[in-house]
Amino acid sequence: MRLRAVLAQPHARPVIHHGALLLALMSGLSAHAAADVTALRTEALAASCAACHGTAGQAAPGAGLPALAGLPREVFIAQMTAFKTGQREATVMHQLAKGYSEAQIAQLAGYFAAQPR
Amino acid sequence: MNRLPPLLTAPLALSERRRTWLQQATLPLAARFLGGSGLAALAGCAGTTLPPPRTQVLVVGGGFGGATAAKYLRLFSGGRVDVTLVEPDADFVSCPISNLVIGGHRRLVEITQPYGTLVSRHGVRVLHDRVAAIDPAQRRATLGSGAVIGYDKLVLSPGVELQLDTVEGLRAAQGDGRLLQAWKAGPETQALRAQLEAMPDGGTFAITIPEAPYRCPPGPYERACQVASYFQAAKPRSKVLILDANPDVTSKPALFKKAWAELYPDMVEYRPQHKAVSVSAAAPGGRHTVRFEVQDDVQAEVLNVLPAMRANPLAVATGLANANARWCAVDYLTFESTAARDIHVLGDAMLAAPAMPKSGHMANGQAKVAAAAIVARLAGWEVNPEPMLTNTCYSFVDGAQVVHVASVHAYVAAEKTFKTVPGSGGLSPAANQREGTMAWAWARAIWADTLA
Repeated sequence: MRLRAVLAQPHARPVIHHGALLLALMSGLSAHAAADVTALRTEALAASCAACHGTAGQAAPGAGLPALAGLPREVFIAQMTAFKTGQREATVMHQLAKGYSEAQIAQLAGYFAAQPR
Repeated sequence: MNRLPPLLTAPLALSERRRTWLQQATLPLAARFLGGSGLAALAGCAGTTLPPPRTQVLVVGGGFGGATAAKYLRLFSGGRVDVTLVEPDADFVSCPISNLVIGGHRRLVEITQPYGTLVSRHGVRVLHDRVAAIDPAQRRATLGSGAVIGYDKLVLSPGVELQLDTVEGLRAAQGDGRLLQAWKAGPETQALRAQLEAMPDGGTFAITIPEAPYRCPPGPYERACQVASYFQAAKPRSKVLILDANPDVTSKPALFKKAWAELYPDMVEYRPQHKAVSVSAAAPGGRHTVRFEVQDDVQAEVLNVLPAMRANPLAVATGLANANARWCAVDYLTFESTAARDIHVLGDAMLAAPAMPKSGHMANGQAKVAAAAIVARLAGWEVNPEPMLTNTCYSFVDGAQVVHVASVHAYVAAEKTFKTVPGSGGLSPAANQREGTMAWAWARAIWADTLA
């Protein structure tokens, strides 16, 4: 079940008594709930980039720091890896990238690739 | 000022609404789905005519921690959590970069941002008021205006109190404006600038630094650089004295010392082990005196005494400052207070984990971890066991050159705290202009991430 549905107020909306629809929804609940715990965690992890690169990777207008939203997955991973190894020179990113694991970088890459520019 | 919505005038009904919501929230998903009619029946039994219950999160304090928490609670919950932010000031004035106003390189208006976007874009209810008291048992807060707000979760990001009474004579001298702190950006920032402008060439600016921890570790050293930068241009015979209660510079020591030696030779002098204990403020135009626990007295035309700091009095009065009666200890996984359930403490008032600075960037990050934890709990999900924080702190050593310190902090479950990730983080090699550009970009970006 999507987060917004979990946090929504069911009684504020029409109550659905349709058994077939309910069963269909329930059968998918556990998988969807797990996916959304993951989505929340991914959003929270990506939010640690947002202070500089903008909320959801959309750069603050006029700030002059690169946007991450819409960056192809492989480009993000390649850049972060280059920062980590020191292959790409930087002022702070070579120091920050070293704090993130390969798994976290892959998670971030998937998130930013999916964000609208 | 926003008008209080009707439900805020009926605080006694809150526990009923909260219980209803929590019953719903703890039901298995299928039952919750079925529960629409059941909940309607429950509400009917209670005889309430209130609007449908929605989770109320009250955020106290609109600095980097509180404003970010308010925005990200709305984002992470898809707008399904009602968020009220209480902040006395009409606008956000950034402490980071504010030393540049003292140095004359920026104006206060350039570091001032509105709160309006939190309302218009994110649906946060912003009340320009102060919180007079919090009742953790009843889960409600009383505002200065007398209004009472019930909450399901409270996020407290109130900042620090300057403990003026730890330095004899300081409260009176501060009260009549002779000695300023300017440790919260705003009118005092400009007032300190005005004192420097009024000082004759050949005078002395002295800043005293309390023992760590205090808000913004590199801030006093950056301020000394900024004052020296102004003196160099306008009052070259003047002196800058840094009188530090600590045994050494507490942040970026080598970089600051290099900057003082190379940029301001014979102007800036650093003296460690100077713990200020009393002041005698002179009449305007005179020389103030500061006395120390051990060392000789110092006189200065402009004296900037930063006393010891602790969590804001609201946190102390609420019983949250349970670490040395100064700082608020938290469960670092959620930033929930160890003294009161459903109250999450962020920012400078919090007892920091090792190597975690009291900085705006850190408060912004803590707010996101706490917001995600609150939303997860409300949804009945396990809280993220591996939260991450980053910090980047830029200091201007003159009008254009900057030094930074950066760090990445990961939650270590075995030790129940955040620790810096081995091998990560670091410092600038030396002060440079490229990072001066980056620092201003960082400020614009983090203001937007916090408020827009």
